[in-house]
Amino acid sequence: MAEPASLKVSVWRGDAFRRYEVPAGTNQTVLDVVTHIQREIDPSLAYRFACRVGMCGSCAMTVNGRARWTCRTHVKRVVGEDGALELRPLANLPVIRDLAADLTPFFDKWQRARGTFQPRDAADGVVPEGALVNVVPEGALVNFVPEGTLGNVVPEGALINDVPEGALVNDVPEDFAVVPPASKARREADAGIECIGCAVCYASCDVVAWNADYLGPAAMNRAWTLVNDVRDGARAERLDAVAGDAGCHSCHSTQSCTERCPKNLDPSSAIAGLKRTLFWDALLGRR
Amino acid sequence: MSGARGQTHLWVVQRVTAMLLGIAVVVHLVTIVTAVRGGLSAREILDRTQGNEAWLAFYVVFALAAGLHGAIGLRNIAAETIGLRGRGADLAWLAAGLVTAGFGIRAALGLYA
Repeated sequence: MAEPASLKVSVWRGDAFRRYEVPAGTNQTVLDVVTHIQREIDPSLAYRFACRVGMCGSCAMTVNGRARWTCRTHVKRVVGEDGALELRPLANLPVIRDLAADLTPFFDKWQRARGTFQPRDAADGVVPEGALVNVVPEGALVNFVPEGTLGNVVPEGALINDVPEGALVNDVPEDFAVVPPASKARREADAGIECIGCAVCYASCDVVAWNADYLGPAAMNRAWTLVNDVRDGARAERLDAVAGDAGCHSCHSTQSCTERCPKNLDPSSAIAGLKRTLFWDALLGRR
Repeated sequence: MSGARGQTHLWVVQRVTAMLLGIAVVVHLVTIVTAVRGGLSAREILDRTQGNEAWLAFYVVFALAAGLHGAIGLRNIAAETIGLRGRGADLAWLAAGLVTAGFGIRAALGLYA
């Protein structure tokens, strides 16, 4: 695509779009464009950013109709041939001013979905002395432990259930919570753990637009990582918190969240996992 | 019914009825296609269904699944499009589903008797 010499940028200023002409540059990001407008053209423009390298999740905006992280979005990937760029704040959220959306409802819903780790046995997550080892799923392989680490106190390839039933936890170092990385639950948790809380999924979700109470993809993705965390002790309460019309059961699986997540996470599958878990729990009378 | 627990149960009922309907609709269509070969008459239908407990059971389950599945689906559409939510609405939809199922079950009984 031929790159235009200058960009025609329309920025939502609360009541109307204002147009700015910004010089095009190589490797220019959308955040660079916004910063140029604010520093060189119009200091009254409000927007938010922090890290500029895709870690903090502060700079998401609606770019040409689609929610994106602006610091890692190159202009040349989203601009039209005429150099037109349209910037709005994130959808589905109150706007503080101009391009800065208020993420309070978004993070309130993380709380509502019980998105905080709750240690199973002790305040600091350490399994208390005397607890049984079989918190580890039976049959899980031990040989995921890299050679040379503590793992080789257990023979390679040995099954976890070689550990004598009823053995006390203080057979393993006291501060060492055994979480087999290759276990199904841990892999499910790992798949969703890298969320940066940018709210791109939340702004892209139709169900949030239809129901203001709906928890949204990020909060439920977080809940699913914790449901799969064997060290967590609030599984039942968390499943209660994400059930029903304001939770996973309203998801239509249209997967905009998965399509648009800048970290390539898959909240849609996480929500499906919650539905599946709740389905069997309800059917088998466990709730 | 408007609590998360009741909503979860409605969701489970809708999924389970969907599974039943998947099978029931296939049986229903195959029966229609088979039955209309060489003409269709009321006598032929009654010969098949009268006094036949298997067909009665099949259509009772079919009608119940269809009534509940449809009503719960309409409930969700109404909630998302016109914001019709709450305990009263849920009970009304459940009643609508059971009445719909009742009509189907009545028809099945008519064919059986």
